[in-house]
Amino acid sequence: MNWSLPRFSPLALAVFRRNLLVWRKLLGPAVVMNFGEPLLYLFGLGYGLGLFIGEMQAMPYLTFLASGIIASSTMNAAAFEATYSVFTRMVPQRTHEAMLASPLEVDDIMAGEMLWCAFKGTLSTAAIFIVALLVGGVQGDWAPLVVPLGLLVGLAFSGVAMCMAAVSPSYDFFSYYFTLGITPMFVLSGVFYPVDSLPSVLQWLMQLLPLVHAVELIRPLVAGLPVEGAWLHLAVLLLYALGGYYLAVVLARRRLLV
Amino acid sequence: MSPVIQARALTKRFGDSEVVRGIDFSIPRGSCFGFLGPNGAGKTTTIRMLLGLSPISGGELRLFDLPMPGAGRAIRARIGVVPQMDNLDPDFSVAENLRIFASYFGLGGAEVERRIGELLDFVELRDRAARKVGSLSGGMLRRLTIARALINDPELVVLDEPTTGLDPQVRHLIWGRLRELQRRGKTLLLTTHYMEEAERLCDRLVIMDQGRILEQGSPAELIARHIEPEVVEIRGDGLDALGRQLADTGCRIEPLGDLLYCYAESARPLLDRLEADGCPHPYLHRRANMEDVFLKLTGRELHE
Repeated sequence: MNWSLPRFSPLALAVFRRNLLVWRKLLGPAVVMNFGEPLLYLFGLGYGLGLFIGEMQAMPYLTFLASGIIASSTMNAAAFEATYSVFTRMVPQRTHEAMLASPLEVDDIMAGEMLWCAFKGTLSTAAIFIVALLVGGVQGDWAPLVVPLGLLVGLAFSGVAMCMAAVSPSYDFFSYYFTLGITPMFVLSGVFYPVDSLPSVLQWLMQLLPLVHAVELIRPLVAGLPVEGAWLHLAVLLLYALGGYYLAVVLARRRLLV
Repeated sequence: MSPVIQARALTKRFGDSEVVRGIDFSIPRGSCFGFLGPNGAGKTTTIRMLLGLSPISGGELRLFDLPMPGAGRAIRARIGVVPQMDNLDPDFSVAENLRIFASYFGLGGAEVERRIGELLDFVELRDRAARKVGSLSGGMLRRLTIARALINDPELVVLDEPTTGLDPQVRHLIWGRLRELQRRGKTLLLTTHYMEEAERLCDRLVIMDQGRILEQGSPAELIARHIEPEVVEIRGDGLDALGRQLADTGCRIEPLGDLLYCYAESARPLLDRLEADGCPHPYLHRRANMEDVFLKLTGRELHE
């Protein structure tokens, strides 16, 4: 294993740009897939459950839920792209192999891919945010900050998910990651209800994972409340982003440079 | 002028198995250099090390007088690669594939657009520029891959089995293009297991087997060094007895499948004998070629 620290060059942006150009061609299906499901949760649960719940943590349930869905859909979009799509380019399609016949290094390719995955996450952040704004779920003046924040959230989830792509033998493997990692986080990280209603062991466990921290940054911004422990939350997300990138580069080197 | 590639004691190990065993070679600028060898000889691994795609287990490797892998980026900026399996981008058209690939080198703008036009002419794909890659035939894909390898105007073009699986027309087109590239001063490095290809294109060859270089030189040198100049091939069943009968004609006789290869400084005595005896088997008299050298050096048994 080559554990040397990654060093990427500005050429990494060419990798990002390649993905952007492909995405532009396939815009229709991409939009439906990325935005359809979170919007379903937002409307279905927000209006349905919201009717019974009214307020949660001193804000309308729609606001509570919308802020949670902004975080979780960013996670989902980034994690999906960084597993299935990165794997497609790394293994069956051999796109990365082709790139390696240029000055690009594995470090650049993974940096470009990660930025792309985070960008797709950010598109979800922005889309759900706009919908939440339109249905009156947004109260805070600083709420638009959730969009740039979405990029950091996207990076936090992309890095780790790219590690999965780099070790996966096939597409089936990602079912484990989503069933054992992403879905439990989605359900247990305060998207639908406050984390403090969980047993304390689970609360602790969730604090170690990134989604809780994304929710706790995004929710007060959307609701117009003061953000508590902002530096901690930002630090956890940044740590996941940097650690995930480093490990993904090491694992991708092992896979691509044999 | 210093060689384009210089390898000393280049070695590659995967776990306990050594697939490239301390090979030395140097490739002069402007030459067409061929790596020949049966499957598993270590050709593709050697090429991967040259490109920095496979970490080197031992030895020293320099390209353009720069160390690989240390200067990998700078070295690859000056190389074009035609991989064994096409890895074109299926989401893009023919011209877009070239444009996107140029961007990986940091190249773009009018200069690249001009090159794309030139290269599409060069590989005779101009009229397909807007087509999706998925609609191209195998021969067109390979030509596009060659055009892609030239987008950065490389000094060295590395081709891993460039004509495997292609029909004769496409092969001849590609051979013509490769000779044209050499005329323009580019250095070519190719692997192949088509002996005809090696003999037609390469000024210099190495023959590899089981991770070692068995022999190197020009095709004519190798043939002169290892094989008698004339060969008679006799085809048929039950040739063993015939082989024994012909032993006194001064030929070196090698059976392979249903063929008997008879190598001689002069095939005249053998041909006279075959004519006099009214040989019932069809036979062919020809000059020695690279295939004879290859079979002699790497053995006649199957390599699987």
